[in-house]
Amino acid sequence: MSTEVTGATAAAASRSTRGAGPERSGKPRRSDRARAEARLGWLLAGPAFVVMLAVTAYPILQALYESLFRNRLTAPDDRAFIGLGNYAVILTDPVFWGSLLVTTIIMLVTVAIELVLGFALALVMHRAVTRLRGLLRTAILVPYGIITVVSAFAWFYAFAIDSGYVNQWFDWVPGIDENLNWFAGTGTSLFVIIASEVWKTTPFISLLLLAGLAQVPGDLEEAAQVDGATWWQRMKRVVLPNMKAAIMVAVLFRALDAFRIFDNVFIMTNGANNTTVLSLLAYRTSIGRLEIGLGSAISVLLFVCVLIICFIAIKIFKVDLAGARGDR
Amino acid sequence: MGAMSGRQKIAWAAITLAVLVYALFPVASILATSFKLSSDLNSGTFLPTTWTLGNYREILAPDGSAQDLFLSSLRNSVGISLIATAISVVLSTLAAYAIARLQFPGRKLILTTALAVSIFPVISIVTPLFNLWRSIGLYDTWPGLVIPYLSLTLPISIWTLTAFFRQIPWELEQAAQVDGATTWQAFRKAIVPLAAPGVFTTALIAFFIAWNDFVYGISLTSTEAARPVPAALAFFAGASQFEEPTGAISAAAVVVTVPVVVLVLLFQRQIVSGLTQGAVKG
Repeated sequence: MSTEVTGATAAAASRSTRGAGPERSGKPRRSDRARAEARLGWLLAGPAFVVMLAVTAYPILQALYESLFRNRLTAPDDRAFIGLGNYAVILTDPVFWGSLLVTTIIMLVTVAIELVLGFALALVMHRAVTRLRGLLRTAILVPYGIITVVSAFAWFYAFAIDSGYVNQWFDWVPGIDENLNWFAGTGTSLFVIIASEVWKTTPFISLLLLAGLAQVPGDLEEAAQVDGATWWQRMKRVVLPNMKAAIMVAVLFRALDAFRIFDNVFIMTNGANNTTVLSLLAYRTSIGRLEIGLGSAISVLLFVCVLIICFIAIKIFKVDLAGARGDR
Repeated sequence: MGAMSGRQKIAWAAITLAVLVYALFPVASILATSFKLSSDLNSGTFLPTTWTLGNYREILAPDGSAQDLFLSSLRNSVGISLIATAISVVLSTLAAYAIARLQFPGRKLILTTALAVSIFPVISIVTPLFNLWRSIGLYDTWPGLVIPYLSLTLPISIWTLTAFFRQIPWELEQAAQVDGATTWQAFRKAIVPLAAPGVFTTALIAFFIAWNDFVYGISLTSTEAARPVPAALAFFAGASQFEEPTGAISAAAVVVTVPVVVLVLLFQRQIVSGLTQGAVKG
C-alpha cells in the first residue's frame, strides 16, 4: 500500500503503477543474474555504507578504547591504562547524575508538550481548507529553517534582563516583574530553554503527525461519526490507533533529539544554575578541560543512554522501527 | 467543506493568526533587535526607538569591526555545507537507487545502519574526533568538518531518497527500451526526470542540516580558518570590551537566516513531502 502524503507531487503520478506487475524485470531470475545484481547493489550502496560506519562506528570504538585510559592533554606524559577507573569517577560524581536528571527532564517535558502542540497544529492543518492549509504549513516551516543557535539567541535576548522585553510585557502575570532574571534560576532557565526547543522542533513533529493523519482512512472516521461517536471517541478509537506508526516515529526521534540538546543550553546559560545537560558536560570535559579519558567515558555513557531510550521505546510501542520507517 | 458560517470564519481567522504569531514571533524579535542602536538595546521595548543599519554595517561593511570574522565564517559555512551536501547526495543517490531498484541481500542492513547513525549522539563522536583530528592535522580545517557532517547528512539523505525512488515506476524504463531506446537513453529519458525532484529536495534538506550544525562547529575548529557561522555567533565579541555584541549578533543571525527561510518558503511543498516520506511511510 502506498501512502498519500500531504501534497506529494512527484509521488502522486506514480502511485497507480507502483507495486503492480511482476517482480522488477519479469524475466525468469537466474542465479547468475541474481549474483550480478547483488554485486551491483553493493557496488552502488557500499560507499555510503562504509562512510556511515567510518564516521560513527569508528569514533565510538575509539571513544570506548580511550575511556579506559587516564589521559589529559594538559599532562600528556601521565597517560596510563586505568580500566574502568574513568567510569567509576563519573558514576560516583553527583554532577553527572545531576546533568542526567536535567537532560531527562528536558526530554520528557519537551516531548510531552510537542506531542500535544504538534498534534493540535496537525489537526488544524488537516482540517483547514486548501488555501489556508498552504499558508499555515508555510508559516510552520519557518522555525524548521532557522538555525538552532539563532533561535536560541532570539529567545535569550527576549528574556534577558537587560535586553529583554518579556518582563515588561508580562508584568501582570504573578511572579513576573521587571527585575525577574530568568537566567538566574534553574526553573526559569529551563523554562526558556524548553520553550525555544519546543518552538524550533514542533514543526517537524506536526508535519509527521499530519502525514500520519492523512493515512487514517476517511470512511472509517465517517462511519464512526454516523454511528454517533463523539469527537473524543473518534480520536481514541479510530484516528490515534491508525496513526500509531507516525506517532511512535515522531516521539522516538524527538526524544533522542531532545536528549542530545546542546545548542540552546550553550547559548543561554552555558550550564549555569544546574542546567548542564549531558552533551554540555561531555563537551566541557573533553574539549574545554582536555580530559580525553573522562570525556570519552561520558561519550560512551551518553551513547548507552540513547540505546536504552531506543530499547524502552521499542518495548513500549512494540513496533518494528525499520518497518515503521518504511522498509518492508 | 463547503460554505463556512460566519462564526467558523472568525474561528479560522483566529487560529491562523495564532499559528502565524507562534511561527514568526521569535524571527520578528531578532529582526527588531538587529535594528536597534546599542544605546537602545536595554530599553526593554520590542521595536527599536530609533532604527539603524549600524549593526549590519558592523558585520558587512569593509570597515566594520566584525566584518572579517563574519564573512570568513559565512564563507566557511557555505563551503563546508555545500561540499558535505554534494558528497552525501552523490553517495545516497547511488545507495538509494540500489535499494529501491535492485534485489540484493543487505538492503535492510543499510537502512538500519542509516537509522542507527541518525540517532547517534553527536557529542559521542566529537571527543574521539577532536583527539584524532589534532593528531592527523584535520583539526580546524574544512575536511575536518566535512567528514563529520556526513554523519548528519548521509542517513537522512538515504532515507529520503529511498522513499522517493520507491515511488518511481521503474517499468517506464523497460517501456522505453521496448520502444527502441538504449539502456542509458531509457534511464536518462524515463527515470532521471522523475528522480531529479527527489534528489533536489534531499540536497536542500541535507544542506539545512549541515548549516544548522553547532557541536562539530565549536568543537573541531579554533580559528577563522574553518569556523562556521553558528559557532562564530557563539564566540562573537563586541566591538570593544565594554560593548555588548547583541546588535551585531542579531544582525548576523538575520543575514544567515533570511536566505534559508526564503529557500524553505520557495520549496516548502518539496521539503514537506521529503521530510515526511523519509520518516513515515507505511
